[in-house]
Amino acid sequence: MLLYTLKRLAQSIVTLFIVVTAVFMLMRLLPIEGYFGDGYDKLSASQREAVLHKMGMLDPWYVQMGRFYGGLLHGDLGVSSIYRKDVPVLEVIGPRVPYSMRFGIAATALALVAGLGMGVSMAKHKGGILDKVWTGYVVLVNAVPLAVYLLFIQLYGTSFFKLPLLFDKYRPESWILPAVSMSLGGIAGYAMWMRRYMVDELNKDYIKLARAKGLSQSAIMVRHVMRNAYVPMAQYLPASILMTISGSIYIESLYSIPGMGGLLVDVIQRQDNPMVQALVLIFSSVGIIGLFLGDLLMALFDPRIKLSKSEASR
Amino acid sequence: MMRDRLLAGAMSPDAIRCAVDSGSGAEDELSLFEPAEFDPNAGERGGYSNYSYWRSTFRVFLKNRVAFGFLVLLVALLAFTFIQPMLPGQRNPTKIHIDPATGMQFRNVPPGKEFWFGTNTIGQDLWSRIWSGTRTSLEIGLLVGIAEMLIGISFGAMWGYVRRLDAVVTEIYNVINNIPTTIILMLLAYIMRPSFKTMVIAMCATGWLGLARFVRNQIVIIRDREYNLASRCLGTPTRRIIMKNLLPYLVSVIMLQTALSIPGTIGWEVFLTYIGLGLPVSIPSLGNLVNEGRQIMMSPELRYQLVFPTIVLSLITISFYVLGNAFSDASDPRNHV
Repeated sequence: MLLYTLKRLAQSIVTLFIVVTAVFMLMRLLPIEGYFGDGYDKLSASQREAVLHKMGMLDPWYVQMGRFYGGLLHGDLGVSSIYRKDVPVLEVIGPRVPYSMRFGIAATALALVAGLGMGVSMAKHKGGILDKVWTGYVVLVNAVPLAVYLLFIQLYGTSFFKLPLLFDKYRPESWILPAVSMSLGGIAGYAMWMRRYMVDELNKDYIKLARAKGLSQSAIMVRHVMRNAYVPMAQYLPASILMTISGSIYIESLYSIPGMGGLLVDVIQRQDNPMVQALVLIFSSVGIIGLFLGDLLMALFDPRIKLSKSEASR
Repeated sequence: MMRDRLLAGAMSPDAIRCAVDSGSGAEDELSLFEPAEFDPNAGERGGYSNYSYWRSTFRVFLKNRVAFGFLVLLVALLAFTFIQPMLPGQRNPTKIHIDPATGMQFRNVPPGKEFWFGTNTIGQDLWSRIWSGTRTSLEIGLLVGIAEMLIGISFGAMWGYVRRLDAVVTEIYNVINNIPTTIILMLLAYIMRPSFKTMVIAMCATGWLGLARFVRNQIVIIRDREYNLASRCLGTPTRRIIMKNLLPYLVSVIMLQTALSIPGTIGWEVFLTYIGLGLPVSIPSLGNLVNEGRQIMMSPELRYQLVFPTIVLSLITISFYVLGNAFSDASDPRNHV
């Protein structure tokens, strides 16, 4: 187990390193305006060069790269150049992290509970009216673009339930719609997965045997079916975290939640290169850590996985 | 054992005839069971099956009423989208209409006889803008869908079939797959200038991965089946094995992924437009229309500018989604019974 964890950790770190390098390289291709404020047009060519020189942008690429890695190791992500001029990026992002995390956790938990419940009810009444209604919901969520249905939820949901249109940290009821919106995709994913899993599993021999032994339906569900569902569920969890990230970028911006997702949209619109770079790195790291934890969870839960030989079956 | 049973099988018609002959012996009962004339053509009948893959696929597909309804809807929508500019009396989607009486622009004219879907905040005709936008979005969707299919299949096939590549490509895949697609897409669109080309390149760069992965997994499963082993022993070139033995097996998956990538692409276009990385405002697209509608959605009497584009957009994406799923079910030979 320890060996596997270390191996997987090393893999994640290498991945992170590659991502950091790739982002750094791509950022060098960016429009140069992103390093100036509003006054780009007013500066003469030599003034521009002086600013770039001061920022170290004219050094050879390997010097820049070394400085970039050095900064990262000290937890220094650079300074914002437009959004809040000359303020360190971490200072801008810091107060926003708790909001994003709270919404992310709330949405993931909601998706897990509601999605699994929905999936179980679909499988129980397979072919019935409930099954059809929920299938319709899944089709809608998957087919209609996120950007469209979330907009309509904000537009009509707020007036229908008399909820505030924008986020307000002193009004807890303004938290409801963003969190629910963020979980919709996850609910559909979990529900579809759970339904397919249950339908497949309930026809298997070991369930028939359990029924023949005279176990009650609930005992079969809890002790047999659900026990086997943990593993794939643990594997699916990181993917749903990734989904929450994508949702959060749009939703935080719609409801003006002062989180990181909304910030990313803001700094992209204002072309603040260092901020974009820092946020992209943070979101990528969250994704990588999420998948790492998912694999660890799966290894913990699944007694069948022989870690030493996990690759041999290919 | 096997031979005995075969013999017994061959015997059985004779045995029945014997039983009939000897059992009753009456003339009129014998007429019920007359020995048939030997017909060489009839002898061949058992060995022939008129199973055709595509015919069965379409038969199963047509049985699905909902999907068929959506097929009709989608064909009608697509046909209309491309015919619309040729119809008489259509307006230019980017022209700003000016009231000849007052010399003012026709701003926010509600839907009516003159402008079927009304006009937008600067006096452009919403009806023609919607269809022109649908054309743009569909062009992006189809281009990206086809490109993803080509890249995904060829990459996935090599990844699955060539063992030496497997470890390396899997690592590359892990790296890319660890980052949320949204982030990659935003980063790529941010680096290049907003344009039609940027949009297509950014979406192609992220979309092919899923299909390649799927193709790879399927190919790893069927690569070493006996018929492929036999084929390899006979000296079939790798390219031919992939094209003839492996890929036909994957038609259903490929159809599904391609059909799903079109609504996906349209959705990403709306998203990218929202965060300011979409097409220039001068090109009508569904993303631009939804975004323009979003800006005035707070005044209920102007909401038609948001509702009309979203209805068209949703009809198209839902149709593609339902059709893709139905077609992938239908093209799975296991459902052909």
